[in-house]
Amino acid sequence: MLKDITLGQYYPVDSVIHRLDPRVKLFGTLIYIICLFVSDHVAGFALMTALLAGVIFLSKVPFSYMVRGLKAILLLLVIAGAFNLFLTPGEAAFTLWKISVTRQGIRSALLMIFRMVYLIIGTSIMTLTTTPNQLTDGLEKSLSVLNYIHVPVHEIAMMMSIALRFIPILIEETDKIMKAQMARGADFEKRGLINKAKAMVPLLVPLFVSAFRRANDLALAMEARCYHGGEGRTKMKPLHYRRVDGVAYLLILLALVASIVVAVLF
Amino acid sequence: MSLILDHVSYTYSIGSGYEVKALNDVNLKINDGEFIGIIGHTGSGKSTLVQHLNGLIQATSGSIYYNGADIYDKDYDRKELRTQVGMVFQYPEHQLFETTVFEDVKYGPKNQGLDDKKATLRAYEALRKVKFPEENYDASPFELSGGQKRRAAIAGVIAMKPAVLILDEPTAGLDPKGRDEILGLIKEMHDKSGITIILVSHSMEDVANYVERIIVMEKGAPLFDGTPREVFANYKKLEEIGLAAPQVTYLMHDLQKKGYPVDPQVTTVEEARQEILRVLGKK
Repeated sequence: MLKDITLGQYYPVDSVIHRLDPRVKLFGTLIYIICLFVSDHVAGFALMTALLAGVIFLSKVPFSYMVRGLKAILLLLVIAGAFNLFLTPGEAAFTLWKISVTRQGIRSALLMIFRMVYLIIGTSIMTLTTTPNQLTDGLEKSLSVLNYIHVPVHEIAMMMSIALRFIPILIEETDKIMKAQMARGADFEKRGLINKAKAMVPLLVPLFVSAFRRANDLALAMEARCYHGGEGRTKMKPLHYRRVDGVAYLLILLALVASIVVAVLF
Repeated sequence: MSLILDHVSYTYSIGSGYEVKALNDVNLKINDGEFIGIIGHTGSGKSTLVQHLNGLIQATSGSIYYNGADIYDKDYDRKELRTQVGMVFQYPEHQLFETTVFEDVKYGPKNQGLDDKKATLRAYEALRKVKFPEENYDASPFELSGGQKRRAAIAGVIAMKPAVLILDEPTAGLDPKGRDEILGLIKEMHDKSGITIILVSHSMEDVANYVERIIVMEKGAPLFDGTPREVFANYKKLEEIGLAAPQVTYLMHDLQKKGYPVDPQVTTVEEARQEILRVLGKK
């Protein structure tokens, strides 16, 4: 039932992209986003498309998987596209009833849609090829400089990984409680706002109770293992750069330079 | 009046990277008034199987018939089915939500469309049946002990007066005394009101003492299906799949090897006692 949610889910295959250091992927995604917003010309689009296609091919994740994330923002895309299309002032290309569509409007709508679609696909490559734990590890290591200005980087990363870890657990729990209440005749498809809200009580109360119980258990288990925050803590799997990661960094920088050059030239 | 499963298969998370085939071409007939134990290892598909019986999970392929009607028919009332086939989930106390035990037990009957008076009566009957201590009827379900919570939750399902009652690991996490009490209650309900009971468990010992028919699940399909005697006769094969026959079965086999003419197929301690006394008496 609820288990079919795929946003930000890891896809387990073995590929070059999967094996990359999470720091490289984080950095790469950041640069990719910058590149996206630098390019505003067909040549730039072509470059980004080639880049994305290459990474998708290397990642061995089925393309249909990445497109799935787009469904969630479809409405947003349509609305944003429409606003850009109809509300941008400039030279009229054609007129529909009383609303005129401008050349600039078409251009900015296309640009907007292109950027959003590529943004979602690009970032979903990162989450599809990196486990949440690797991701927070990478974030923690990359942001560790902030420790010098007393930002509790480790604690933030720990909270993030716990939160991420609990998403599937809570989804599963919701599924279970929903089924248990449905077995007792609950109807979660009732009409009307008040009826709907009322039907949620038998679901939400047990869910909250179980979330608190789990949080309590986890805190106890962590304390029992002498967890005391990040200071002096070592990792079971410390992050090490390998040669592939160096090559990846180089390619990422090349892509950045290329897209800036393209943007300046055209 | 029965439940029939016809070539039922079920696959979890189709189309994601994590496809799991939970049920593989299951054919079963569950007759009225039977007391069935479904056993199997973790991940053998037993929980998935029973969730099909009241339509909570829809099979990927195959059909299920309840009293001759296909439950996957478009106009079949699956909400009504769920009141006919009651289901007590694993750790059912996690579903309690009302302010008092009594109100919580009334939730099911109220969903059936009964008025408050009738629902109250049903709740009272159900709580009596599970021998829930009367002084706690108005206590918050969150303040009870583990065993009492479990009783309250089971009462919440039997208050709906199902014709078939499914219990998924009803004794998980209880101490031996609590376990015997709960299983005793279930046995009593079966004997007194004649409802069909399906007990899911991974403990042979639990199941052997109470049920009339055992279905052993392995890799998403029934491996053995028969009386406890018939099933435990295959105790070597059961061991291979990580289950074990009750300890008395081993004892009786050992006695037989030592030359005592006992019947090795007894399944409960009481039967074993009778059998040993019979053999000794003969001597």
